[in-house]
Amino acid sequence: MPSLGADMEAGTLVEWLKRPGDTVRRGDIVAVVETEKGAIEVEIFEDGEVLELLVAEGVKVPVGTPLARIAGGVETPSPDAVPVPTPLPEIGLAPASTAAPPPARPAEVPTPAGTRVSPAARRFAAERGIDLAAIHGSGPGGAVIRADVERTSGQGPEKRHAGIDLSQMRRAIAAAMARSKREIPHYYLSHSFDAVAAKEAVERFNADQPPENRLLLGALLVKATALALRDFPEFNGFFAPDGFLPSKAIHVGVAIAIRGGGLAAPAIHDTDGLPLAELMSRMRDLVARVRRGGFRSSEIADPTVTISSLGDRGVEALLPVIYPPQVAIFGFGSLHDRPWIVDGKIAPRQIMTVTLAGDHRVSDGHRGALLLRRIDQLLQDPQKL
Amino acid sequence: MIREDLRAAIIEEIGNIAPEADAAGAADDADLREALDLDSMDIFNLVVALSKRLGVDIPDADAGQLVTLRGAIDYLARLA
Repeated sequence: MPSLGADMEAGTLVEWLKRPGDTVRRGDIVAVVETEKGAIEVEIFEDGEVLELLVAEGVKVPVGTPLARIAGGVETPSPDAVPVPTPLPEIGLAPASTAAPPPARPAEVPTPAGTRVSPAARRFAAERGIDLAAIHGSGPGGAVIRADVERTSGQGPEKRHAGIDLSQMRRAIAAAMARSKREIPHYYLSHSFDAVAAKEAVERFNADQPPENRLLLGALLVKATALALRDFPEFNGFFAPDGFLPSKAIHVGVAIAIRGGGLAAPAIHDTDGLPLAELMSRMRDLVARVRRGGFRSSEIADPTVTISSLGDRGVEALLPVIYPPQVAIFGFGSLHDRPWIVDGKIAPRQIMTVTLAGDHRVSDGHRGALLLRRIDQLLQDPQKL
Repeated sequence: MIREDLRAAIIEEIGNIAPEADAAGAADDADLREALDLDSMDIFNLVVALSKRLGVDIPDADAGQLVTLRGAIDYLARLA
């Protein structure tokens, strides 16, 4: 059971997406785990063949418990695993729909060639006589997973926040933010800038694009911040017990609000190297998955910095709280019409305020200010993003 | 397509984007962003979904007309 955050102690294995005999490659999604942060897809970190599944679906185990054995590899996905696959009592963590697997697999339901179906989805469908061919898969590589079958059957959990327990999420946010305020000496900087160039660049680009290829201003804000961070390594990485560990890779966590309360900030990997169109489509994908509770273990575990953007209905500025063990977080306020000085004259412009909360154990306000100015500069020349 | 069909299509697509939002219960003139807590990404996805479903092009500059149910129905009725 991987640790998906400093405060995670245990997780419930909701679904296996692989079974013994399957070949797995590094990065494959092998299982779905339910945690305080919602349902998270667990990736594997080595190549090999699945020999044995050590934890049954529906069972809650402590972090560090081996989940499966992989041929040729160490027990995985937890290299520092403790061999204690003893189920913990269920304490309101597992979704009610997670039944224990039946002792014998029901008859296989035929599926069209090329369609991948997770074992749990196959079983669920078989038990209820559902035709898998008619189901659109939302799992990795278009695979049909149990949630897809549940949706089709109408027997699944309610649509509302499937996979997300909001009270658990609130507790996770509370624990992380309390730790942040207790341990991290924050300093805050704020910078207002003319956002017209960036906004007009988005409008020009979108004018001759079909809807699905268009951009939102938010993608430019994330890209500019990621590019600026290349020259400011003291804002990108983790604070470990031995001190700051800068990260070469820039994995921006994007804070995504969940209607009804709660938020998550999963990572967009290697944000600085993504073309805007790709970044936009990753952001869309992430928002959709966060809101239905389906992000992946690496997305949750490894953002190196976070951006919180208020979008178009927020206020001028936000003063964000660093998400430990990260050492910086950026906030973008909503666009506001303001009188601004342009070429010595007052002109109405659309102004945005970017803020930075930095960790004073690692960086100082002087560098933070230079970083915010760099973001501003990059957004004045959006063609280069 | 008559207005009631358009209304049903819009409400269904909002339901796909924001399952927990009560689109059918929103007043015709209410700003959907305020009434249903939709953000710019949700409106973006609504424009994508409606343009696909109805086979119409909705220019980015017109997206602002889709933020109320009445505005969206009026706008799409003109295109359809």
